[in-house]
Amino acid sequence: MAVGSLPSATLAYADEVPRPATASRAWRKFARNPAALLGMLILLAVVGAAVAADWVAPHDPARQSLRRRFTPPVWAPGGSATYPLGTDQVGRDILSRIIHGARISLLVGVLAVVVSVLVGVTLGLVSGFVGGRLDTVIMTVVDITWSFPQLLLALAFVAALGPSLVTIVLVLGFTGWERYARVVRAEVLALREKDFIEAARAMGVGSARILLRHVLPNTFSSIVVLSTLQVAQAILQEAALSFLGVGSGRTYPTWGQMIALGRDFVSVAWWLATFPGLAILATVLAINLVGDRLRDALDPRT
Amino acid sequence: MTAFVVRRLIRLVVVCVGVSLVTFAILHASGDPVSLIMPEAPEADRAVLRQALGLHDPLIVQFARFVGRAAGGDFGNSFFHRTPAFGLVMERMPTTLTLTLLSMALAIVVALPVGIYGAVRRGRAVDQVATGAVFLGQSMPVFWTGIMLILLFSVQWRLLPVSGWDSWTSVVLPTLTLGAFTAPLLLRIVRSSMLEVIGLDYVRTARAKGVAEWLVIGRHALKNAALPLVTVTGLQFGLLLGGAVITETVFAIPGVGRLIVGAIRQLDFPVVQAGVFMLAMIVVSVNFTVDVLYVYLNPRIRLR
Repeated sequence: MAVGSLPSATLAYADEVPRPATASRAWRKFARNPAALLGMLILLAVVGAAVAADWVAPHDPARQSLRRRFTPPVWAPGGSATYPLGTDQVGRDILSRIIHGARISLLVGVLAVVVSVLVGVTLGLVSGFVGGRLDTVIMTVVDITWSFPQLLLALAFVAALGPSLVTIVLVLGFTGWERYARVVRAEVLALREKDFIEAARAMGVGSARILLRHVLPNTFSSIVVLSTLQVAQAILQEAALSFLGVGSGRTYPTWGQMIALGRDFVSVAWWLATFPGLAILATVLAINLVGDRLRDALDPRT
Repeated sequence: MTAFVVRRLIRLVVVCVGVSLVTFAILHASGDPVSLIMPEAPEADRAVLRQALGLHDPLIVQFARFVGRAAGGDFGNSFFHRTPAFGLVMERMPTTLTLTLLSMALAIVVALPVGIYGAVRRGRAVDQVATGAVFLGQSMPVFWTGIMLILLFSVQWRLLPVSGWDSWTSVVLPTLTLGAFTAPLLLRIVRSSMLEVIGLDYVRTARAKGVAEWLVIGRHALKNAALPLVTVTGLQFGLLLGGAVITETVFAIPGVGRLIVGAIRQLDFPVVQAGVFMLAMIVVSVNFTVDVLYVYLNPRIRLR
């Protein structure tokens, strides 16, 4: 009967509207944006360079030679094709050092975010789900972390604990977790009253299982977007700390440390500071482009 | 309203205690303070110093003493300069604040018109260029921007000094550097808060009434967009001070940031503590003021 089938058809329609973004749909939306694809390509290149640094880099990044110090880039007068981006004050190849420096930047960026996500998501879940006094305590800590200038906090603790890769990762990780706690808590609070959680509880599912199987997956897309953008910030922060001389130590080249050296020779050799900075710019820009597009692509409303 | 301010005040106190705790922890996380102050002294002298510094007391007692002294501006003497750390910090504070405020002003002068125009002519050439510039600006390390400006203006064209803070010419490049760091943040906020307001009914009504376009934007829309603008700008103040610390280092400006970075290298913990504490206090009080102002100025949210 035509009349009888009408309401059910309308109902089916209404159900389809808030459909969550499925992976393929999100990918199609993402890939439609040329800037995001460009970002993806740059990012792949940087990751590739970092992983294969030992084979890709034309020279040993630590090898010095005073005879070829301050060689300008290949296109400048006096440049040599052996050192495409020139050499520094002790004759080390800039290109090779940039390629090796990508390792520290990406490693610190990703690991710091992993720490932040683990801490922030756990506390956010607990805060939102348990509520009460625990919630107040956790949110106060979030407030304190948020009001403290992050760079100062990082500086202070790297100073106290001594510069090392582990310190940097932990300090950046423990100063950047509060955004996840906020977002996850808000989502948990919103989800807690939803029917499907109610249903799960009525079926006798335990709290831990509800949190991990039903609540957590729903916060996934926010976490993905936040963490992508945080990797970019963490890379900038690591570079700033290295620049200020409290980075991961002197043994391995980092972009920030290369720029700090370039500052000392700014009137002699412009290429020392310029190229590592361009490397940071390209990497961070690429991540930001990808992250920004991800936010749109994963948003079911757009 | 009063209840709100009281709640915020309590939170302010809690945050201040948290900041103190972190600052206090800086020294203790570094290991034995005595071996930092007198690295080569005999054990007997060390014991005397330990007693004098009260290092035998329980941590909670030491913390209480630290907070009490910090409240009075006493962070102890600098290990290096042998003068009160607080004085060293406060001497340099005006320089840091001047740099920060000048850059903020520069950023506002650029971001406000461009952001408003971008929001009004959304998706047009100016908006797209501005959005691109925001992406670029937010991906650039501050210190690198500074060095690139030095390369251009000081090395290439010999127009401005490479470093220092003694004449107005030496102020230009640091202000530009920190301004270039701040402007993209502001621009984004201006644009999004304007966009939010422009779509509202009352703006359409104003237009329908035949109010001139510049009046609609400048008077009706901007007034309502200004509130979130001020708030978010205030909340970014911590980021801005962090940028100031880096900028001071690049241009060798005698401010608090450079003092802290130097003190970290010399393991001069009283100075690190005093500097970090005072900068954090500034950020905390700016956040508090902005929070209260927001509620005070916004008739829609009085109590929550």
